Amino acid sequence: MALRRIRADLHIHTCLSPCAGLDMSPRGVVRAALEKGLDLIGVCDHNSAENVLAVKRAAERHGLLVLGGMEVASSEEAHFLVFFDLDDDLLRFQELVYGHLSGTNDEKAFGQQVVADEDDGVTGFSDRLLIGASSLPAQTIIDAAHAGTGEGLVVAAHVDREAFSIIGQLGFIPEGLSLDAVEVSEHTTAEEARERFPDCRNYPVITGSDAHAPEDIGKRHTCFIMEDASVGEIKKALAGRDGRKAVC
Amino acid sequence: MKLKDLVREFGLEVKAGAGLLDRDVTGGYVSDLMSDVLAHAVDGNVWVTLHIHQNIVAVAAHKGLAGIILVQGRQPEKDTVAKAAEEGIPVMVSAFPAFELVGRLYKAGIRGA
Repeated sequence: MALRRIRADLHIHTCLSPCAGLDMSPRGVVRAALEKGLDLIGVCDHNSAENVLAVKRAAERHGLLVLGGMEVASSEEAHFLVFFDLDDDLLRFQELVYGHLSGTNDEKAFGQQVVADEDDGVTGFSDRLLIGASSLPAQTIIDAAHAGTGEGLVVAAHVDREAFSIIGQLGFIPEGLSLDAVEVSEHTTAEEARERFPDCRNYPVITGSDAHAPEDIGKRHTCFIMEDASVGEIKKALAGRDGRKAVC
Repeated sequence: MKLKDLVREFGLEVKAGAGLLDRDVTGGYVSDLMSDVLAHAVDGNVWVTLHIHQNIVAVAAHKGLAGIILVQGRQPEKDTVAKAAEEGIPVMVSAFPAFELVGRLYKAGIRGA
């Protein structure tokens, strides 16, 4: 397979996230991603992956590539984007997170958590407190993400933000934290992040939209030069190996 | 003690919920971890935090808190003010750092939980 340029927005929520709208249905997300000219999207709802397979199926018909993942909140209340090549690894990871996530959602305070199928049919509502934080420390999350049968990828989310980021919560990135990359939000460029947060110089930097509404999908993206949209290829691109590259 | 007593006593700047300051304050809670507040703050508490994002309003609404006081003169984000008005959660700003503010609240008779 030849190397090609893949436009990716790896940080997209669906209607399962309490803070995202109903229009972030599987079809709604796919439609908006195609309109924005994206080749690859990462689906990462808060502490759950229950809409990943629906988005994958909705995207398949249109040739849009989907990476299945989750935005998990650690015990430090820092957010991490975790992706797996294998759906089974993702589902096992979800079990781990669910086992360390307490509370029940309050729709009025936090919003609805809609589980949908690939035709945008509502198949259920999650009653877990997905807006909450798990009791898993960052290092445990990273170790679990890297312990799957297939490849796993961990990105520290929106490290330039004060709220819910590893740097915002701790003031720095602990030495030895085996992150594959750090993500910056739409407010900051990769260059600015390396300037403002010297810890970012130790990791590849990507950007994503953190979209909670269709119009925000693709607002920021990262271009990967790689063969296909797998976690393994993305890790090579982040490391700059075998001709692969990641460009913000 | 009511929220309006705290506003007057400590010169709090009211950013949202100005019409709701007649609320009684049953006690106080101070924390910057949302999950901790979700687990341990009690109905009617005033919550002291440095967070300015809108999730604080959702947490306060869910827990039935009397209001939120932001420390060190930190200004709430625009979305936070809008959501607070919508949810009926008073948001106030104190010029004091958390330690100083909580000490004063305690002295004024507000207790934990």
